[in-house]
Amino acid sequence: MSLTAADVAEIMKILEGSAFDEVTLEIDGLKLSMRRGASGGDGAAAASAPARVEARRPTGAPASAAAPMAASASPALASTSLASAPAPTAKSAAASDPHVQDVTSPLLGTCYRAPKPGAPPFVEVGTPVEQDTVVAIVEVMKLMNTVRAGVKGTVTEILMRDGALVEYGEALLRVKKAG
Amino acid sequence: MAIRRILIANRGEIAARIIRTCRALQIETVLAASEADRDSVPAGLADRTVCIGPARPMESYLKVETIVQAALGTKSDAIHPGYGFLSERAPLARLCESHNVIFIGPTAEQIEAVGDKLRARSAAEAANVPVVPGAAVESVAAAVLEGRKIGAPLLVKAVGGGGGRGMKLVEKLEDLPAAVELASAEAGAAFGDARVYLERFIASGRHVEVQVLGDGKGSVINLGERDCSVQRRYQKLIEETPAPGLSEGLRSSLHEAAMRFAARLAYRGAGTVEFLVDRKTGSFYFLEMNARIQVEHPVTEAVTGVDLVAEQIAIANGAGLRRELADLGRRGWAIECRVNAEDPLNDFRPSPGVVREVSWPSGEGIRVDTHIQPGSRVPPFYDSLMAKIVAHGPDRASTLAALRRAIATTRLSGVASNLSFHAAALADPEFQAGGVDTGFVARLLANRSSTEVAGHG
Repeated sequence: MSLTAADVAEIMKILEGSAFDEVTLEIDGLKLSMRRGASGGDGAAAASAPARVEARRPTGAPASAAAPMAASASPALASTSLASAPAPTAKSAAASDPHVQDVTSPLLGTCYRAPKPGAPPFVEVGTPVEQDTVVAIVEVMKLMNTVRAGVKGTVTEILMRDGALVEYGEALLRVKKAG
Repeated sequence: MAIRRILIANRGEIAARIIRTCRALQIETVLAASEADRDSVPAGLADRTVCIGPARPMESYLKVETIVQAALGTKSDAIHPGYGFLSERAPLARLCESHNVIFIGPTAEQIEAVGDKLRARSAAEAANVPVVPGAAVESVAAAVLEGRKIGAPLLVKAVGGGGGRGMKLVEKLEDLPAAVELASAEAGAAFGDARVYLERFIASGRHVEVQVLGDGKGSVINLGERDCSVQRRYQKLIEETPAPGLSEGLRSSLHEAAMRFAARLAYRGAGTVEFLVDRKTGSFYFLEMNARIQVEHPVTEAVTGVDLVAEQIAIANGAGLRRELADLGRRGWAIECRVNAEDPLNDFRPSPGVVREVSWPSGEGIRVDTHIQPGSRVPPFYDSLMAKIVAHGPDRASTLAALRRAIATTRLSGVASNLSFHAAALADPEFQAGGVDTGFVARLLANRSSTEVAGHG
């Protein structure tokens, strides 16, 4: 597992927006420490990544868990937007735009975009959503769990495939936040 | 149905261990991992990893429906539950049965039969397997009556408990009512079952267990015994096979009793029948049966050459029992140390964290089952087992010497470990003589100051 440049940029942004002056992360042999410059710099990053950090991903597994590890490793990060997406996938990690938020699956199961087969989907790209708008159903052994947007805005991307297995924390769709 | 893909509903060293055998059998693996284990070593080894929920076991590894859904969603033919977590929960076996997923283990009914201490006890009696004198009690008044019959010292046990949890030792009969009340309340809170039973306490006993394999149709073989008497608060720390110093008569009586018990249940898969051997009289008593692969299975594998996980899969696959395994010779001696992330200097307190450096031993006759490498996390949510270091040699003395060298050359930093305890235990004259009882660890720790024990690291 290794941090991407986008992840590092995101962490820098979070640090800047937080009340903390420095953050140290250790993830699978990679050590990242960042400190706000005392002389008013925008924040200096120093990362040292030994070659073995280029760990391979198991086939078929989502390509990032760096963010949730970071969230649990650092109180500075736990209080930021990262904490609201407990286990972002590669796709969501790539979304560094703070105006965009992923809606993630609260559990592992089969996801459905519509209330029943043949019915129109709960949401499409362009659909406006409120916090409590139902956007999908995740079925676990015949138990249907509704997933709500949890954010106000407009759907910009559908990431889930109807009837597919979604993991806990997998991004289902992307919403551009209102305002 | 041939098993082509197995969902592993576990974590840590046993997940890595199961994957190793699956690879050898060319069976694909899907690891069901919590959020805390997405980047673990087993996740890297599995063909696929799916995240089943947050770190806390109640929200991930213990969710029966989620595990079966993960198997169905990944088109896995079978579920291997490992040990702990859902391995001995009948609802998982039952849900698998109703959804045509193969549960690699016994039937739901067998899990229930051995999981309830009272049912297991009567099954033992029915199979003509001796049990410790004792009885279930419904009230404090009944406990006082029974207690007088059995005599002190005695143990108060939770019917639904296991692994020593919920057990109380009563030295004097006048302490019995209070102990029964407390044990019952604790058992109710911990297991949802407030029933308790009383049992004669064997002052000096050895924990000897027998590995069995059954085909589910009443045919059972045994693969020898393991001595697991080196325990601290009922948690096993060092295991070996064969059990040192047993007469051949006692040894074969134990094997036969275990097979009788398992055969009576028409037990399916790998299981272990545990006995308490009274060191004074040489009598033995049935303790319980574990309906799963055991942590300490590698010592049996070392001396028999049998891959127990492969046999579990073969039986689950309907390939039946290879009876010829029973006739294989046993070769040499094997001893295992469980390396836990716990601090002997602080009352063996768990020490979660990030492993900075680690160097596991290797060499002739040394096997290390582990999921820990530099940078690995030991999350606070799970048990603290980091590795099992197993030595195998031609006899006990050479095996013990090899294991001591292996422990001495193991390097581990970042988290505390019980390596110093193992070094001290293996060096102790009583352990070296062989055949210690379950009081050994308490004596060892009392005889040495904890700093002295730590100094052996």
